[in-house]
Parts: sequence; C-alpha cells; structure tokens
Amino acid sequence: MNVRGLMAVGWAEARVGLLQEMQFRIVGFLQLLGFLIEPIVLLVVWRTVSLESGSIGSYSGDEIVAYYVVWTLVRAMNLALTPYVWEWWIQFGRVSHLLMHPTSVYWRSTMNFAGMKLLWFTMWLPIGGMLFLVFRPNIVLTWRTFVFGFFALWGAYFVRASYQFLIGLIGFWTTRVAALFEIIIMSEILLSGRLVPMSVMPEWVQSVSDVLPFKWTFQFPIEVIIGRLNSPDVFTGWMFQAGWFLLLITSIGLVWKRAVRRYTAVGS
Amino acid sequence: MGRPATAGYARLSKPMPAIEVTDLSKTYKVPVRESGLRNSVRSLFKREFREVLAVDQVSFEVPEGQLIGFLGPNGAGKSTTLKMLSGLLYPTSGQARVLGHDPRLREEDYRRRIALVMGNRNSLQWDLPVMDSFELQRAIYQVPKVDFQRRRDEFIELLDVADLVTKPIRNLSLGERMKVEVIASLLHAPEVLFLDEPTLGLDVTMQKRLRGFIANYQKESGASIILTSHYMADVEALCDRIIVIHEGAILYDGDIGGLRSKFVSHRLISFGGNEVSEEMVQLSDSVEGSPERTILKVPNDNVADVASLLLRRGVYDLSIENVPLEDIIDMAFTADES
Repeated sequence: MNVRGLMAVGWAEARVGLLQEMQFRIVGFLQLLGFLIEPIVLLVVWRTVSLESGSIGSYSGDEIVAYYVVWTLVRAMNLALTPYVWEWWIQFGRVSHLLMHPTSVYWRSTMNFAGMKLLWFTMWLPIGGMLFLVFRPNIVLTWRTFVFGFFALWGAYFVRASYQFLIGLIGFWTTRVAALFEIIIMSEILLSGRLVPMSVMPEWVQSVSDVLPFKWTFQFPIEVIIGRLNSPDVFTGWMFQAGWFLLLITSIGLVWKRAVRRYTAVGS
Repeated sequence: MGRPATAGYARLSKPMPAIEVTDLSKTYKVPVRESGLRNSVRSLFKREFREVLAVDQVSFEVPEGQLIGFLGPNGAGKSTTLKMLSGLLYPTSGQARVLGHDPRLREEDYRRRIALVMGNRNSLQWDLPVMDSFELQRAIYQVPKVDFQRRRDEFIELLDVADLVTKPIRNLSLGERMKVEVIASLLHAPEVLFLDEPTLGLDVTMQKRLRGFIANYQKESGASIILTSHYMADVEALCDRIIVIHEGAILYDGDIGGLRSKFVSHRLISFGGNEVSEEMVQLSDSVEGSPERTILKVPNDNVADVASLLLRRGVYDLSIENVPLEDIIDMAFTADES
C-alpha cells in the first residue's frame, strides 16, 4: 500500500477509534479517574519523604509533585492495545477478519488507539486542572513544553504500542500470553519511572533502564513536559524513542510473517 | 455494479481458471491428554500430540465466473479449504492459485481482490452505525469515492437495509447483521468471493433474500464464488456445480444432475389414496405412506410404467419427484463410509 493509502487507512481508523470511545465517554472518564489513585498515593508518599529529607533522588518536593501530576497525562496518552486483547482475539478467532484485510494490522490497531487519545486528552484536561489546583505543581508552560512534549508523548505511545503488539504476537504460539505480559508490566513499572523517578533507583538499575524501552515511554515525556531536560537531552531521548521504534517495527515485521503461518482460525 | 479491472489476468482463448487447487492438504497438530490427575501431571513432563488431517490432497479448478457449492458434513474440511484459499490458513502441502496469486503469500494485492464472508461472525464495528463501518471498508480497500457510493447505495437498495445503516451493529438482529456484513464485503467488488455458511441461522425469508442478492452480484460482476452451506436450498438455487467433500477428500465434483445419477437410481412417486396393486409393488423398491397418500420409491427404469398404471386407474393427483438433495448427499456419505 502506498503512503497515501496508508494515511487514509490511518485516519479512518483513528476516526473509528474516536467514535467508538465517544460511545463510552463516561466509562473512559471513570477509567481516567481510576488512574488517579496510583499517582496520588505515590505523590503524597514521596512529597512527604521529600519534605523530611529535602529531596528525592535529584527531585525537589515541587518537582516530585509536578512529576506525578504530568504522570496522569502520560499514562492516559501511552495506553495501547494490550496483549490481553491479542490473546482473546487469537484464542477465539477474532483476528480472522483483520487478517483478511489488505492493510497492516499493526498500523490499524495503533491508529485506532491514537484516535481515542483525542477524547482522553479532552477528558484529562479537567482532571489535570483539578490536580493543578490541589497540588500546585511548579511547571512553567512555554512553547517548548507543548512542542517538545507533543513529540515526546507520541514517541512514547508508538514505542509502547509497538512492544505491546510484539508481545501480543506470542499469542500465535501460546494461548496464555497474559502470564508473560504480567512480567513485562512488572519490569515496566520498576524501570520506566512509573513507580518512582529512576534517579531514586540504584545506579546500576538506572543504567539498565537507559537501554530498555520503558523509560522512554514514561519518565522521558514527563521530564520533557515538566522542563527538567535541556534541548540536547530531549534530542537524545527522541533518538532513543526513534531507535526503539525502528527496532520494534522491524521485529514485528519479521515475527508477523511467521506468526500468521501458525494461525489456526480457531472458532472462526 | 461493474466488473473491476483484472490486471495481470489476461483473457486467453481458453479462459484461465480463477481458482486452481492441486493436492492441497492441511494437517492440524492437536494436543492429546487423557482425563484425570495422574495424566494431568504426566502431561507436564511429556506432551502428546495427534495429527488431524482436515483436508487431504484436494484438487479442483473453478473457471472465471462460476458459482460452486462446497458441501459436506461438519468437520469435512470445507471451511479449512476456503480459509487456505483466502490466505487465512497456511496449507501443510499442495498448491493453490487464485487469480494468479499464491494465497500463502498473503499479498496485499491479492487480499484486495477477494473477500471471505463467514456466517454468524461479525467483522464490522460493533458499537458504531453501519455507515461508519462501510466508510472504514472504503479506506481499507482504497475504493474510489464515486464507485463506493454507487455500489453502497445499490446494495442498500437491493437488500432493503436503508433503515438499518444508521443503527449501531450491536442493535441489529442476526439476519440484519448478515445482510450488512455481505454488503461490506462486496463494496470493493471482489473478483473471487468465499462464502462460508452465509445464511447460517437465518430464517427462510432472509435466506431467500440473501441468496437472490448473491446471485445478482455474481451475474452482474462475473465474480467466481465458492459457497459452503448446510442449506441445500442455497446450493440448488445458486450453484452451477457442486463439490462434495467428506473427511477431507473430494467425493464428487460435478453438477447436481450428475450427483443424482451417480448416487440415486430411483424417484419418488406419490399419489392420493392407499390402493396399490401387486404390479406396482413389484415395480417399486418400497411403498410407504398414510391412508390419505402413498409414496412409491421406484427405480428410474420403471417410473414410466408405474405412472401409466396409476393414470389408467384414474389417479390424477400424482407427482414424480427427485430424491431431495439432502438425502442424496447423505447417501453419498454413507456409500463412502461403507
């Protein structure tokens, strides 16, 4: 398919994703509210610690508040199709009709979720506003915040969507891919900055997280938006995102060819 | 409706078959485990598998523009064959070419020229109005807007679904959903159409409507169609030719008349009343019926004699019928098993 065709399918899928999500806007809003529990607990704990010790890792008390407020935005924006869905699709033959279409399933599913983000972002605005009012994070909003943050957020999404898609493809070999996904999620929580900024972790853990994709999907966009990174660091982060994205889509391309050969179209 | 361009598919003096299948086979590897705790523990260390031959060296050709019926009991290998031809399943061995493409390669250009419709399955956007799903199909298949609108409006009118297309799919009945599924699968004007039980679970009226629509599409577009169905009415109404498949192998390939003469050597003569002469009994294979109506199973060679005997006796409400297709298929399977 040519680039024009690919873009047309991408836009059509994004539109469908947005329309689907609008059917369940209340559910989506409640889900976003549910996401608040995790960062608020972490925010309160780490702010208390920082008030006693002066700072957490290299973060001041104000920065840690900003970190977890922006966390809520990043969490909403890097949500992607999970391997749980893949497991279900493959197990019950729901992937059959997608395989029959003359377009990439990766592209369609990624753009479908991308379309939903417009609604999620809109719904996040009042939630983010409320968090700003309650916790008063120290974030200076400039053009840099929006432009750099925009690209870092989308980069984070495409990297996260890609590794989740790749894990999902394991469903063509085993019907219980969710167990593996749990391990990946655990690694992500520890090594992405989702639980705590990586600078709080031991040096060797930070080194490991630098070369894995997780940090570039959570901590990096958060730090870009709260203005903790200078331009060269932002550029380096984008390069890591781009590198991981290319590596992951190449891997998806290679695995996909073998995966579809194993499909048995169970139940459909 | 308009037939799409068939690039790379040159018309020769002898038309190239739209579908060519040679010794196509599919074997599934399925895990086997006896019930019980001991066997469950044992399977942790040693897993056992069994090979199931779903399709066994099937060969046939489908000329351009032909509509064939693929018949067989559950598990005969019909759907597996269709899925291999559409590129959904990878064959274990053998060759297939559809419109000059090898389905195993799953080329985009190939998938753009075919469609697979699976009965009782939903491939559209569950929560959105039907029109949104149609629009997505347009983008996926890159159908020019003018062609898309013309086909969409024509199909909507033919299947009388104008009042359904603004409703979300989840609010449609099974029959309504199948109608819009079929429309969606034809919007890109596929040159080869695989229909796997498209009328499954539909009431008689809905089946008839869908049948008429498929026949019309085939006539207008000249598409080659393979249809699997458990409803013989579908097959009798639509198919020029039938392939009977049993336990993965082809039992019969030809027209319905040929199937009759191969497996059935008699007809059914029924008439009002229950008076049967000794001569009629001798000319018939069996006599069944009720006090009101009698049914004679008569060898083809004796049909004229029995009919004339009945007419001489003044019986005018007699009917001579072929054995129903369902029964013939059943005879074919029974003959194969014995």
